[in-house]
Amino acid sequence: MILTKTYSEPPFCKKEILRYAGGDKSELTLALVRECIGEARPLLKYKICYRELEVKLNGEVCDFGLFRLESKDLSQNLKGCKKAIVFAATVGIELDRLIAKYSRLSPARALILQAIGSERAEALCDAFCADIAGECASVRPRFSPGYGDLSLESQKIVFSALDCERSAGITLNDSLLMSPSKSVTAFVGLNENTLSEV
Amino acid sequence: MNFRDFLRNNIVCLDGGMGTLLQARGLKLGEYPERWNLSHAEEIIDIHRAYFDAGSNVVCTNTFGANSLKFEPNELEDIISAAISNAKAAKAQSTSKKERFVALDIGPSGKLLKPLGDLDFEDALEVFAKTVKLGVKYGVDLIIIETMNDSYETKAALLAAKENSDLPIIVSNAYGEDGKLMTGASPEAMVALLEGMGVDALGANCSLGPRQLGGVVRRLLEKASVPVILKPNAGLPRSENGKTVFDITIDEFSSQIAELVKAGVRVVGGCCGTTPEYIKSLCDKIAPLSPVKIEPKNLTVISSYSHAVEFGKKPILIGERINPTGKKRFKQALLENDIDYILSEGVNQQQKGAQVLDVNVGMPDIDEIAMLKTAVCELQAIIDLPLQIDSSNIAAMQAALRRYNGKAMINSVNGKDESMRSVFPLVKKYGGLVVALTLDNNGIPETAEGRFKIAEKILKTAAEYGIDKKDVIFDPLALTISADNNAAKVTLSSLKAIKERLGCHTSLGVSNVSFGLPNRDAINGTFFALALENGLSAAIMNPYSADMMKVYYTYNVLKGLDSNCSEYIGTAGSFVTEAKAANAPQSVSDQSYSDCQYAIIKGFKEKAAEITATLLSHTSPLEVINSEIIPALNIVGKGFEKKRVYLPQLLMSAEAAKAAFEVIKAASSGKKGSASQNTFVIATVRGDVHDIGKNIVKLLLENYGFNVVDLGKDVPPQVIADKVVELHAPVVGLSALMTTTVAQMQETIKQLRLKAPWCKIIVGGAVLTQEYADKIGADKYAKDAMEGVRYAQEIINAIS
Repeated sequence: MILTKTYSEPPFCKKEILRYAGGDKSELTLALVRECIGEARPLLKYKICYRELEVKLNGEVCDFGLFRLESKDLSQNLKGCKKAIVFAATVGIELDRLIAKYSRLSPARALILQAIGSERAEALCDAFCADIAGECASVRPRFSPGYGDLSLESQKIVFSALDCERSAGITLNDSLLMSPSKSVTAFVGLNENTLSEV
Repeated sequence: MNFRDFLRNNIVCLDGGMGTLLQARGLKLGEYPERWNLSHAEEIIDIHRAYFDAGSNVVCTNTFGANSLKFEPNELEDIISAAISNAKAAKAQSTSKKERFVALDIGPSGKLLKPLGDLDFEDALEVFAKTVKLGVKYGVDLIIIETMNDSYETKAALLAAKENSDLPIIVSNAYGEDGKLMTGASPEAMVALLEGMGVDALGANCSLGPRQLGGVVRRLLEKASVPVILKPNAGLPRSENGKTVFDITIDEFSSQIAELVKAGVRVVGGCCGTTPEYIKSLCDKIAPLSPVKIEPKNLTVISSYSHAVEFGKKPILIGERINPTGKKRFKQALLENDIDYILSEGVNQQQKGAQVLDVNVGMPDIDEIAMLKTAVCELQAIIDLPLQIDSSNIAAMQAALRRYNGKAMINSVNGKDESMRSVFPLVKKYGGLVVALTLDNNGIPETAEGRFKIAEKILKTAAEYGIDKKDVIFDPLALTISADNNAAKVTLSSLKAIKERLGCHTSLGVSNVSFGLPNRDAINGTFFALALENGLSAAIMNPYSADMMKVYYTYNVLKGLDSNCSEYIGTAGSFVTEAKAANAPQSVSDQSYSDCQYAIIKGFKEKAAEITATLLSHTSPLEVINSEIIPALNIVGKGFEKKRVYLPQLLMSAEAAKAAFEVIKAASSGKKGSASQNTFVIATVRGDVHDIGKNIVKLLLENYGFNVVDLGKDVPPQVIADKVVELHAPVVGLSALMTTTVAQMQETIKQLRLKAPWCKIIVGGAVLTQEYADKIGADKYAKDAMEGVRYAQEIINAIS
């Protein structure tokens, strides 16, 4: 069963934004970051779709019942887990429009907005994973298609398992990139029992 | 009975969910449900029949994802033919006494359209057209386009349905919790777009339960003059002990929908999670209800991808600045294909308060069809204002309307038969609000009555094309008072007559009135106020004009259109900026740099432009570039290379320098000699859509005087090679961010070596390294934008 969840705005981390943007803490840059946050804020959404799956590990094969993936690194990551959550998170398409606008008009703003988007997507994932962690003994670090030897191709499987377009408005293009661009898909291994309700 | 007749007088019940039922019957993950039409026909017939038996008037064929992106032509035809025959078999088998219809179901393509995604609008249209044609071939009663979460894709599907069938078409969109489509459209915007294109019903389905969709549905009911659809999910799902439960019961589901039927909903059904049980309960609840009569709303409205703009409430400001007439700098931008300049005109007008943008790119020596289409696509990609498509070239108008993401304003038609014959069919097909000029073969009548008569004739002809008077807005033409002292009076009387006797909205290009007179803004402002008082609904005007904006805000406040005077108070300060600006301190600098250099180094855009303008009054452009702008850029550039200046600051400086260059360009417009030896072609390679790095390099190159030809992102190797050959460009820059697209970079280099052996190739992007660059045969790996600029300068110096 695919479930969805919408979060309210997680706190902003300016340090992370500056790190993504390759910026310093000069007043000029910080002022730009503040302005960009102000402009992006009303456009951002924090949407997740996810499902819980049983997982059986067989060497490098991770068998999730609905589908199987071959990856030594994912298998390593999920070692000892009987269940896992696969999820997709997005901060929405409107930020992409804003980035596209400033790519044409102000590359400095586009750079900062890109950084804000990356920071937001990570913050959303963190909020979701913290919720999961609250429901069971411990969770593994999240693991995304494209990490280690888990091929980007596995995005297709994740997308069909989560019906991402319908559940969260995320689509996959021919190069396996996601739209909205500030979206994340990942697996999270659960160390104990089920989550009754996230 | 045909479906249209049935819809007119009844509450229509659609079917419920299909996907969940198929999964319960063993559909596997990743397996296409559409294939079950062939492999499990009995199961599909069984489900359809259960819905008919439960009381559905319409079942939707199991073809949600049946499109040519997922299936080969032969299989697609087999699937659609089987799907329709399954639904028809169920219809024949059902014991229900109700009227029963079969709808061809069309869901989203699964791809997001350009520019946000990678599917071209025309390609999407072609995908939907194939499905529609097969639906028509095998015979259905209607077409349902559903679960669309993007207005642009909705338009593509609807246009495909209209172009390939005469069937009734109903359209339902998936709205999110925020009451908007995923790509931003409000319910009002969707009503404008869909009614404009002539759908038989419109509404909401999927994503949420009936209660959460209630708000959206009520908004649709308020604006729509066609039946409204509600086909919600079974509620909001959550997991309880590993089982899926919904937040509402079947009974609550149907009661909540029944409430909305009482409020006016005319087409109901269920989406994800619903079953024949839900439909049975729903039919029981709506059986005693009679359909609420649908009142025509007579709204004059246009829309963008995000929102609708309604005429008749407050005056509407239509920004006139995207137009080459009398603008040297704009003409130059068109000739140079400088889309960024057009975009900045759009953004600036929006900032000044324009609510609609007129788009006119007609001038000799350009391909207006291509340019208008490009301008519309680029503008709607980044600006959420509705557009007024302004052209006398019918082919250009058609190309732009086709691609427009919303219901456009169309400028213009007039009383000549030939004009109406060519424009009205476009209005009918694509939807739109058409501006009608009150002139005909005999010219512009000198009297208000004469202009009124033409307006009457235009309305009558529009009606023959099926265009309602709410979709015609009249421009009774403002003529020059310096040529005829009574010109303004006639225009004002015409406005009043059209408004009061025809009940139509009006629009006016205000500034013509003052042609040939000094201080034109003063006249324009007063004329604008008089026109508003005589009923003017919209003005095509210059939003940069303080006089005009002053009239707009003061008029609204005086007429009680500005609650709490808040808009006036918010803008009143800007009316006195000129006086204040004169007193502002001139020097911003510390002592080591000139004012201009300091502004650039600190990234103060406006300041840099302002100081440059002052400098130009006594210094030559070349001198300003060489002794002010370039030295400042060098300071920042060196700082960046030494890691004392960070990327955001480098970019801010570059933007400030660009603003300074823009001033120089505007001042010397027309005198420019193009130097092809410093042409730099730049692109993100095929398969990659990351362009921020490319844009940074482009900006810096422009600063250093390069003539940058930007081919954009996801560019095929051949396009890059051909452009380099065409321009005989000495240097090209290729960008890629993903390992998967480096292969495309290699292919591009191969083609460049073959076709343009003279050209030096710079590569850059997150995944590249020196080794990679060597391996794929690039001339230079640039680790950052400054290094790219330095290398390009070396190349140019070596050949010049």
